[in-house]
Amino acid sequence: MSNKTLPTWIDVGVIPLINVCLAFLVSGFVILLIGESPLEAVQWMITGAFGYAEGIGYTLYYTTNFIFTGLAVAVAFHAGLFNIGGEGQAYIGGLGVGLMCMSLDSFMPWWALIPFAIAAGAAFGAAWAFIPAYLQAYRGSHVVITTIMFNFIASALMVYLLVNVLIEPGTMSPQSRVIADAAILPSMRDVFAVFGINIANSPLNIAIFLALICCVLVWLLLWHTRLGYAIRMIGFNEQAAVYSGINTRRTIVITMCISGALAAMVGINEVMGAQGRVLLDYVAGAGFTGIAVSLMGRNHPVGIIIASLLFGALYQGGAELSFEVPSITRDLVVVIQGLVILFCGALSLMIKPTIEKLFLRFFAAKERANV
Amino acid sequence: MLSQDNTSQGAARSPAIDLRKINKSFGPVKANKDVDLIVAKGSIHGIIGENGAGKSTLMSILYGFYAADSGEIWVNGKLTSIHSSKDAIATGIGMVHQHFMLIDTFTVLENVMLGAEQSSSLQQSKKSARAELQRLSEEFGLAVDPDAITGDLAVGLQQRVEILKALYRGAEILILDEPTGVLTPQEVQQLFDILSALRERGVSVMLITHKLQEIIAITDEVTVMRGGTMVATRETAETNKEELAELMVGRKVLLRVDKEPAKPQQVLLEAKNLTLLDSAGIARLDDVSLQVRAGEILGIAGVSGNGQTELLDVLSGVAAVQQGSIVLNGVTIDKDNVLNAKDFRHLSLGHVAEDRHKQGMVTEFSARECAIMGFQDEPEFNGRLLMDNAAVTEHCANLMQQFDVRPNNPHLKAANFSGGNQQKLCIAREIERQPKVLLVGQPTRGVDIGAIEFIHQQIVSLRDAGNAVLVVSVELEEVMSLCDRIVVMFEGRIVGEMAAVNADAQKLGLLMGNAGGDDSDNSATGVVS
Repeated sequence: MSNKTLPTWIDVGVIPLINVCLAFLVSGFVILLIGESPLEAVQWMITGAFGYAEGIGYTLYYTTNFIFTGLAVAVAFHAGLFNIGGEGQAYIGGLGVGLMCMSLDSFMPWWALIPFAIAAGAAFGAAWAFIPAYLQAYRGSHVVITTIMFNFIASALMVYLLVNVLIEPGTMSPQSRVIADAAILPSMRDVFAVFGINIANSPLNIAIFLALICCVLVWLLLWHTRLGYAIRMIGFNEQAAVYSGINTRRTIVITMCISGALAAMVGINEVMGAQGRVLLDYVAGAGFTGIAVSLMGRNHPVGIIIASLLFGALYQGGAELSFEVPSITRDLVVVIQGLVILFCGALSLMIKPTIEKLFLRFFAAKERANV
Repeated sequence: MLSQDNTSQGAARSPAIDLRKINKSFGPVKANKDVDLIVAKGSIHGIIGENGAGKSTLMSILYGFYAADSGEIWVNGKLTSIHSSKDAIATGIGMVHQHFMLIDTFTVLENVMLGAEQSSSLQQSKKSARAELQRLSEEFGLAVDPDAITGDLAVGLQQRVEILKALYRGAEILILDEPTGVLTPQEVQQLFDILSALRERGVSVMLITHKLQEIIAITDEVTVMRGGTMVATRETAETNKEELAELMVGRKVLLRVDKEPAKPQQVLLEAKNLTLLDSAGIARLDDVSLQVRAGEILGIAGVSGNGQTELLDVLSGVAAVQQGSIVLNGVTIDKDNVLNAKDFRHLSLGHVAEDRHKQGMVTEFSARECAIMGFQDEPEFNGRLLMDNAAVTEHCANLMQQFDVRPNNPHLKAANFSGGNQQKLCIAREIERQPKVLLVGQPTRGVDIGAIEFIHQQIVSLRDAGNAVLVVSVELEEVMSLCDRIVVMFEGRIVGEMAAVNADAQKLGLLMGNAGGDDSDNSATGVVS
């Protein structure tokens, strides 16, 4: 009987941890193969990610993006939809944020502007997710295929807009003008400065609070609202949802729109925060990493925060590693990240049967001892 | 492949199957406890027990799906170890599963030889398989056209292919797991004829079932399992249904439904000329008209797959009305006024789904979440923005209390309840609001005898309170004993109707196979109203 249930702490705690360790073990062999010391590499990665204030700042800045895209994937996943389009939705969402900021930044400071920016970003991201969602719900084309295609369309569209429309007059690089300083989200350094604490400068800004708020909202949505009930029922058993009188098509479309809107919040962190302008390809794969984050975090906000932190550390620590150890190139760091995604995502169920067996044996032994 | 070397005197007298002290645990659950079972050669041995009694586990051990924790398996007087179904086949054990393991698009011949090809050349294999199939068909009287496409065959014939498959692989011990669930009474009779023929030729048959009637009708010996142990083995000739039921449940059981005659009142649910086409354009419902009155239970009999599912779907709002109309409590629903399942519930309709795993509940949900399915938008479960989870839990706890759902824990995952308790929860959810019209699909599918009695009582008391009930069931005995009036469906049409008091398995069976002819059709419908 394969559906013997393991205690939750093993399922969401021990197993992912073992997966991460396995990934690092294999990475260690790879690093050995090119003649470097794995221990040293790990040391560089950890110090790079957590060893000093600036590193921590960068780690958390990446984490913020991954929380948004991870939540986006998770919400869709609960409805049984595999939203691969987080990348494109984040990209287009950022366009919405940028347009809103650029049109209002001469009148408003950031704290007045942020609701509008969030609304515009969410609307753009949701709109970008709406089309695949509609096609899935009402026309039967698969959302996996269409969202992938929409990533390409988003990318092409943004190149066109940045090269031909939004480009700052008189410049050569395809990027929009810079948003007025007062309209840019305060960085964490500024926030701490208010309390008289001086921390190192990094792109980390207050969007991380928005990310945490989104986690709470998603948790409330999924487990404490009717819509969440409907979303989860569709994900588990669509026929049961129809039986319960749920409008499954409409719910699917709404779910994808929420998912797209969450992905679009990357635009708040990047366009309104770290970069202060719309850049070419500023999402930089965060949309795809969100899939791994969500899988590893078991589609639960708490898990997603932890997984995002891990991936944030991998990004930042990896960058540091390739900087410090020249023979470990940027590409090798991508290999390590890939291994983590492979073990935590694609192979996440690989060791489960073994753990299950070990646990049951232990359990049975304990039982016998008690009798 | 039939083992020829076992002809010594000792082996000939030894039983076909001799299980000794079989134990099997799943974690803390003991599925089989010191099970001993002897099946005589050339006999039909029934194994009967409620869901979870350990029948399936035992057969899975015998067929190599699970390894026993301890115990011995003796086949034809020889101690054997069976680690896989391959081993089981090699020892001469064949199994016919409840859900057929056939490839619909293959021919009968291809299905029979699949995995047991005699040669690497397909043509050669087919040739030798055809000869062998011919021989088996003649020897056991199992006529099937070897070139027919399996998916086109009637269910009874498909089952025959399964039996042939096992025989082709040299089975001399045949395990049949709930073989009659999908058959008409006539097909059941044919199956029993085949089993008798097999017995005469020395094949030993193990028949796993929960239907007492079948045990009495065909077996030589019967073993009753309860809670993972063997509670009794009886010569079939020396026992009866009542004793077997008592052994199965562990207490006295009422096999007939205890109810007063119906007092039908006004029509509460009416279907007028309902026709439903599937995506391929085939009529799943073909001009179906029926009425259900307050204070009566209308039964829909029929072999499963003849439109009952679609009828329930349309009558409950799960599927939209395409042609025709429904009048529910005075409201007309047709293709200009399409309502969904929630709207139907607001018109005081309850719907216990035919298949609780596919439709009636979400096994991954907790019981409390399942307890509000269909009522998730009711104000009592919702605050202004968020759901009132405390109210949901309390509601579920109340249902569990009233309908004796065990364990009484609203937070437990629905999948972890037994079939009977899952069904009780589904029925509780629908009955608790005293709907004017209740649709019940397969009220007792996968439900143990003890719970069947309880569920039937609940349905009858809803009727007695002046509500209309429509029951769909493939269990003829259930339809006959629970319902007041019976209609029979065949290929999406209603082919007959009769008062339950006038019904018997023979009459209904003929209608279910649409072999009624004009004569019996008239006599059947003549009894109505």
